[in-house]
Amino acid sequence: MQTPLPSLDKESVRKILEMVKDPEIPVLSIEDMGIVRDIEVGTDDVQIYITPTYSGCPAMDMIATEIETILTLHGYKNVGVNTVLAPAWSSDFISEQGRKNLEEYGIAPPSGNSKAALLGIDPVSCPQCKSKNTSVVSEFGSTACKALYKCNDCLEPFDYFKCV
Amino acid sequence: MSDNKMLFEYLLRLGDNSLILGQRLAEWCGKSPVLEEELALMNVGLDLIGQARLFLKYAGEVEAAGRDEDDLAFHRDTQEWRNLLLVEQPNGDFAKTMARQLFIDCFQYVQFEGLLHSTDKTVSEIAAKSLKEITYHRRHSRDWVIRLGDGTEESHQRMQTAIDELWGFVPEMFDMDDIDNAMLKAGIGVDAGALRARWDAMINDIFAEATLTRPEDTWSVRGSRVGKHSEHLGLLLAEMQFLPRAYPDAKW
Repeated sequence: MQTPLPSLDKESVRKILEMVKDPEIPVLSIEDMGIVRDIEVGTDDVQIYITPTYSGCPAMDMIATEIETILTLHGYKNVGVNTVLAPAWSSDFISEQGRKNLEEYGIAPPSGNSKAALLGIDPVSCPQCKSKNTSVVSEFGSTACKALYKCNDCLEPFDYFKCV
Repeated sequence: MSDNKMLFEYLLRLGDNSLILGQRLAEWCGKSPVLEEELALMNVGLDLIGQARLFLKYAGEVEAAGRDEDDLAFHRDTQEWRNLLLVEQPNGDFAKTMARQLFIDCFQYVQFEGLLHSTDKTVSEIAAKSLKEITYHRRHSRDWVIRLGDGTEESHQRMQTAIDELWGFVPEMFDMDDIDNAMLKAGIGVDAGALRARWDAMINDIFAEATLTRPEDTWSVRGSRVGKHSEHLGLLLAEMQFLPRAYPDAKW
């Protein structure tokens, strides 16, 4: 049996990449996170360009391996994963769908624009009860991209996907 | 010294500061005063190690001698390191860790802000990425220095002792040698000496709010730019480099 040749257009590759999730936040695909910067499909190679969320994010190495694996499984040869730094990733790149998925998963999505949040002035809503009466427990959470919050109304602690 | 060799040296200075400090912060793992703070210290350390990786990877490319970021991190001995003496100082108590962190966070903040305008595209890209992270780091160390300084008698005393003990490591950050000057002239690097005024302004505000006394400028030590380090760096490297040296082909 002959393996069908993989499709050579960017959109098909993009569709496949939607299956790659952030290993720490399995509801968020790398597309939703906005870390896929470019896709180049050649006749005998595919180049994927990704940008790191945080410089030291350990998930990046795993994401690169998964991109390679999944495209290879779909019949692509010579898959290259390249890192680009500019423009630096910002939480503003997270898609609407990504924000919705985060909230349903119990992680408060980044609120407002990244500049205001860097200065710590935007209120964060509780993903459980939607109250805006919340407070920071720590600006550093279980992963580089999250902060620890608690809700003063329903008293639930929660993760907040912080703005950068 | 060739232009490439100077750029290589300059990149080591930038990368080594972040890497050694990141390793120091990792030493708090499992020993931090509270869980949230443990997470914070590991997060900051991870950011720093990530920044170091970017700088050292680029340094390896500039050197063009076949060394990658891992070779540079794990196969250089003490005298080949270019990190500031400040960042290799032992953690001490939590106050000392925070004093060291505040000094370097404020320094990196103004340094990287300057590097945004570097004519070297990779340097300015790494600076832009890192500056977002450093903004968080600085807020964190600032909050703790104020909280401890303006806290109890004991916490105030410890915070004051910490800044007194580290004050002599501050001037080295703002030194300019031939390599720094060449990088400045090429538009790649920043004028470290000119950063001092802004650093002082930030620190003075924080000290005032924290009810801490700015130490007198009495003593200072330097040497990192030519690979002269305190005895602490060797011990840190022994731990950090043990695994890849003992098991050269080990994969994570």
